[in-house]
Amino acid sequence: MNPELSFFVEVVVGGLLSGVMYALVAIGFVLIYKTSGVLNFAQGAMVLFAALTFVSLVEWGLPFPAALIATLAVMVVVGLAVERAVLRPLVNQPPITLFMATLGVAYVIEGAAQLVWGTQVHGLDLGIDDTPLEFGGVLVSRFDLFAAAVAGLMVALLTLFFRYTRTGLAFRAVADDPLAALSIGLRLPRIWSAVWIASGIVALVAGLLWGARLGVQFSLSLVVLKALPVLVLGGFDSIAGAIVAGLIVGAAEKLAEVYLGPFIGGGIEGWIAYVAALALLLIRPSGLLGQRSVERA
Amino acid sequence: MSTALDLPAKPRDLSGPVGIALLLALAFGLVPLTASDYLFEAILTPFLALALAGLGLNLLTGYAGLLSLGSSAFMAVGAYAAFNLSLRVPGLPLPVSILGAGLVAAAAGLVAGLPSLRLKGFYLAVSTLAAQFFVAWALNRIGWLSNDSPSGVINAPRLVVAGQSFEDARGRYLFSLAIVSFLTFATGRLVNSPTGRNLVAIRDSEVAARIVGVKVARTKLLAFALSCFIVGIAGVLWAFAYLRTVEPAGFNLDRSFQILFIVIIGGLGTLRGAFLGAGFIVVLPLVLSRLGAALLGDSFDSGTLEMVQRIVLGALIVIVLIREPAGLSALLHRTARRLRLSA
Amino acid sequence: MPRSTSIRALLAGAALLALGAGASADEQYFPLQSYRVGPYAAGGTGFFGGFIDYLNLVNSRDGGVNGVKLTWSEGETQYEVERGVEVYERLKSRPGIAAWNPLSVGIAYAMIDRITADKVPLITINHGRTDSTDGRVFPFVFPLLLNPYSETSGIVEYLATREGGLDKLKGKTIAVLYHGSPYGKETIPIYELLSKKYGFKVEQIEVPHPGNEQQSQWLTIRRLRPDYVVLRGWGVMNPVALKTAQKTGFPANRIVGNVWSNSEEDVIPAADAAKGYVAITTQASGAQYPVIQEIVRTVYDKGAGNLSDKKRIGSVYHNLGVLNGILNVEAVRIAQAKFGHRTLTGDEVRWGFEHLRLDEARVEALGAKGLFHSINVTCANHEGEGRVTFQQWDGTQWKVVSDWIKPDWASLRPIIEASSTAYAKERGLTPRDCAAEEQADIQSGKRASVDGK
Repeated sequence: MNPELSFFVEVVVGGLLSGVMYALVAIGFVLIYKTSGVLNFAQGAMVLFAALTFVSLVEWGLPFPAALIATLAVMVVVGLAVERAVLRPLVNQPPITLFMATLGVAYVIEGAAQLVWGTQVHGLDLGIDDTPLEFGGVLVSRFDLFAAAVAGLMVALLTLFFRYTRTGLAFRAVADDPLAALSIGLRLPRIWSAVWIASGIVALVAGLLWGARLGVQFSLSLVVLKALPVLVLGGFDSIAGAIVAGLIVGAAEKLAEVYLGPFIGGGIEGWIAYVAALALLLIRPSGLLGQRSVERA
Repeated sequence: MSTALDLPAKPRDLSGPVGIALLLALAFGLVPLTASDYLFEAILTPFLALALAGLGLNLLTGYAGLLSLGSSAFMAVGAYAAFNLSLRVPGLPLPVSILGAGLVAAAAGLVAGLPSLRLKGFYLAVSTLAAQFFVAWALNRIGWLSNDSPSGVINAPRLVVAGQSFEDARGRYLFSLAIVSFLTFATGRLVNSPTGRNLVAIRDSEVAARIVGVKVARTKLLAFALSCFIVGIAGVLWAFAYLRTVEPAGFNLDRSFQILFIVIIGGLGTLRGAFLGAGFIVVLPLVLSRLGAALLGDSFDSGTLEMVQRIVLGALIVIVLIREPAGLSALLHRTARRLRLSA
Repeated sequence: MPRSTSIRALLAGAALLALGAGASADEQYFPLQSYRVGPYAAGGTGFFGGFIDYLNLVNSRDGGVNGVKLTWSEGETQYEVERGVEVYERLKSRPGIAAWNPLSVGIAYAMIDRITADKVPLITINHGRTDSTDGRVFPFVFPLLLNPYSETSGIVEYLATREGGLDKLKGKTIAVLYHGSPYGKETIPIYELLSKKYGFKVEQIEVPHPGNEQQSQWLTIRRLRPDYVVLRGWGVMNPVALKTAQKTGFPANRIVGNVWSNSEEDVIPAADAAKGYVAITTQASGAQYPVIQEIVRTVYDKGAGNLSDKKRIGSVYHNLGVLNGILNVEAVRIAQAKFGHRTLTGDEVRWGFEHLRLDEARVEALGAKGLFHSINVTCANHEGEGRVTFQQWDGTQWKVVSDWIKPDWASLRPIIEASSTAYAKERGLTPRDCAAEEQADIQSGKRASVDGK
């Protein structure tokens, strides 16, 4: 293959795989937004908390599966606690108040995570060798492929859950029309609890994969900044949208950095994704796959 | 579905002209005579700068109902604009360069406000992050803006107005106080003017506003421009009067959130909310950590203290939101009324 | 007006609490703007831990410096400038302040005006404002051992030794991966300068803050095929760089880290990807040096150690903290020799720092042979000709792989002076006349000895 072409393919593939990682974080947001209209900024803190708990348990000598189950249990408790203590008392408040409350929650979780587990930087080894694979001159990261597979599996499980379980169906009913769902006797609090548990689990998966990439440390909570443009583009309320938008954002920002960066100065990745998402939204205000809603006029 | 920012009607103003006069007498008269350097430098000056930023954001979020997560970017624009104006236009009086900085920030706000014509709620909020990150990048990337300083950090010019120096702790406080009081009065006039009522009309119902003849697009952009003008000047105070240095990293997303906290905790759509909120956000952490240090002693691990403090602060924010969703301003209003009733 | 009264009551309370700690005749106080929380906590705990450990050692082993006890207290900054300023304003009125050591460029910048007005030294070991090396313009600021320019020169000199001489750099390609911040950008002109001087090609690539995603930068590097990559990182950017390098097939032993990319915290999260990675340092790591051993015996074994995890004793940041302690304490000692064995003023300690000359023999006597090389601070040179060495990560610890290398100070000095002169002009300052001051010192020294007789 022509080296320039193979380089291009490499950038695109690398971008797509990074995009999957962004989508992974974005899904946690979508789950909660869909049912309760909250942009849960504490998602990043939950990612940090999950990864830090897991890695500390492993360092204490707990075997891998045991640590995983223990962390899962902790995340379920955290999700439930946030829902009970913060979201439920704030029901019917304007979204911006809820958003601020989740920022408060983020402070609490970040503080607690560091207080309990310390501020040390940890390495997290998931046992995946990250020497690159080569396909016709194009390097592909083994770890990123694994991460994409995990993300795919998670989306598949979530889809099955929403399609075939009672709670899942109720979840969709609430997302479609909360009032109608309420009037046919669906118990909203139970569904909210389920959703917060689910987003806790998503946070754990994202925390493990991102933790293995970055090391487990405070900066892990900053991965939400990568997820936000994905959310704007894909719609806050669509899991499929998050995946597609993640892929687009990942590829677009890598291409922009590599090919546009040299002309306008490097380091543009921080904002180019937002600008790209905005440009697309101006053409198509309802996002890629999001519901058409008054929120976006 | 309700709009993103349903707010209670503005409580009747209880701070009458007498109250305001007393407050000003206290702030201009008594405080400068009695306060210590620490109070000026570490508490009052940053409090004023952040309260002003809160005031600006409140105009946008509280009055016009448009959510922005990029306030600190406009503080940065203001600070850098003032620095460059003072640097490149020799002999320009400081008040003029501060005014110019406000105008530059307003222009930046106008551009950043364009998405508001099509987006609402959180979509708009997240889109303002584009401004947040773009400004940080541009300030870092374009060396000219920081006068090609090798490290990109710039020193603020001296605070001298008409030969009068405001360089000491008290001077910095009075300088900030004068600007903040002036802009607060101006904003007070504004929100009670037809323009201010147009902003509120858009917040409450865009459709209704349009029916009664409010030019929605123009008013939204005006809200962004006015808000960013004030926020930009707050940035100048933050950099020149408080820190005395400017670096892009100081105007990060955390600062934007902090300003949003100030507005929401203080009370959306009220002028005093910004001051109450800034008091809460600036003073409370300091009180908490002093309290912690006093209880646990000097040698106590400052990190543990800080984390406990972070947890307490987060919890307090949540508690305030739960107990008083309309903010401290509403709490104050109610308390005052109760006092009056019992009296 | 319930608002103002209640807030002011709180403020008054805070101000009262801020006071406290009474004065004592023979104490020298170190206010610490530490950061033990937040994104950079790992560096903060190590550095301030090491600093406090050394002060503890001097107190418990020698009873202080010539009987003057060392004291300190911490204020948390989270590496944020305004918190650093708050801590400064809170602690600055305490008696007997020796020096400020913020370990943060942003905080240091915000303090330059303040400490100059208050006449107290500001120590920015291994970092800080480069042109503050010129003590004639910045009398109270000390970027001890290494400023960003010397670091750049030191790295290039080291790469030359790997290639077999400075002339062998000709035609080589070096990629510099820098953090997208003022700190990261500071050395761009110096790499350009050196590339022209030695004829190597340099490509400087920015990583946007915080640097948790670097696929595109490393793909650009892969296309560029450089001989070396210099990592000018900070925080999470470093492990991610190493991991992404592995992912894109760039060998770790051809990556050289700068002084803020050289710690255990930078490599441990990258696990195997960091094996073979080399980084510059002014202080070798490891716990085998006598001074560190003494800290273990007299401080940690008595349960007074500052690090919660004893495994971190001898780590890069801990040793940097200890070294910073040595330099501060020796400056106090040198100043005491001139001004008397008592609590010194900030300006007197400044004199001590300006005469901080520790040759190899003195370093050995301090139990730090091998930990660092030497320092020679003067009135005009506040950096003090610190030497650098390079360490390679073997997967579990750092191993020294070079001699003590001298950066090319002579060719950097004109650039520094140009910058400091511009600053002096902007601020309307007159640079000090260092020769005259040294002369006056000698005179007053003679007079003192005459008086003594």
